[in-house]
Amino acid sequence: MKVVLRNPDREVDVAGDRLVREVLTELAIDPDTVLVIRSGELLTRHDPVGDADKLEVRPVISGGAG
Amino acid sequence: MNCTRCGGHAVVELRRHNAAFCGDCFQGVFRNQVARAIDQYDMVGADDRILVAVSGGKDSLALWDVLLEAGYRADGLYLGLGIGAYSDRSHERTAAFADARDAQLRTIDLAQEQGFDIPLAGRKGARSSCAVCGLSKRYLFNRAALEGGYDVVATGHNLDDEAATLLGNTLRWNVEYIARQSPVLPAADGLVRKVKPLHRLTELETAAYAFLRGIDYVVEECPLVAGNTQLRYKESMNAIEARSPGAKTQFFLGYLDRGMPIFRTAQDAVSLTPCARCAQPTTGTYCAFCRARAQILGERLTPAATTEDPRDLASELSDEVLPSEIFGEPADAR
Repeated sequence: MKVVLRNPDREVDVAGDRLVREVLTELAIDPDTVLVIRSGELLTRHDPVGDADKLEVRPVISGGAG
Repeated sequence: MNCTRCGGHAVVELRRHNAAFCGDCFQGVFRNQVARAIDQYDMVGADDRILVAVSGGKDSLALWDVLLEAGYRADGLYLGLGIGAYSDRSHERTAAFADARDAQLRTIDLAQEQGFDIPLAGRKGARSSCAVCGLSKRYLFNRAALEGGYDVVATGHNLDDEAATLLGNTLRWNVEYIARQSPVLPAADGLVRKVKPLHRLTELETAAYAFLRGIDYVVEECPLVAGNTQLRYKESMNAIEARSPGAKTQFFLGYLDRGMPIFRTAQDAVSLTPCARCAQPTTGTYCAFCRARAQILGERLTPAATTEDPRDLASELSDEVLPSEIFGEPADAR
């Protein structure tokens, strides 16, 4: 499964056919600090993801500038 | 996972509320939280003209969206910071948002108006680029609101921003700053009212709302923000929140309910005098913005050439920041 990470943008391969929270745990990402997006839809950490899925993991934290 | 309200498929989980919501119900919850904040602190009236400080990020565009949807008279103000392609993209997203909603967007270019941009400030000034950025925004938003006849400036500060700022000020026991950390700063002579209608909502919630509303916000982080103190405090708060959901909420909203009245009682009123250069109210001879600007540009600060009483100018031109913001408040830099 492809996972697109942001800031900086990059793509990693991880195993699918499990729950979002398990993917995030493997990537050492706190689920309360990201949106997980699949095909334009938000996922919660309890949703299952398949091996053929492509996820975007979008951080929500901002440092204050901009 | 099902929606706590309607039983449909949940797309947003809010661990701090032990709840989850479908997209429609979540948007309702979000709007209700903004309305509750506005009502609780009497932030804006139905006929008020609101100037929303917009950056192109999720928070400010979500705020502008909610206010427009609720029928408020809300215009946007974008400040061009000169941070290369990042600023270009931020302006493009903000302008596209305004065009799609037929909303009015005002734009100020920091370099054109003041002779410096944020990267230059980071290289030449004694303050961090984030500190000058925050100072410039507070100063110029306030002035633009007064000159444009707006009743209030609204900013997109969220619960995470406020909790991180409170943590930073508490670690230093900056009691004056703590006492003034409020979701609403009332108008005073030369100071327009400032409100933070998103202070009850987390970053996760503002990001989810912006996504569900189809808002094309800037996801990338400011390239100058690495090492930002505010960011470190947020990460610390997130570490606590991960083990104790609701801790951020209890910390900040608990402060507003039970801490702020105590800190405010302990503070003496600060007297303001006109800045000798720009005539805006300050606690010193020159205001923080004029001092920072002179330092960045290598200019010597001298009183503005005028035959008028600067105290009269102060009430006419009026643009400054609160005393709490004058001496380099380190973290509140949105």
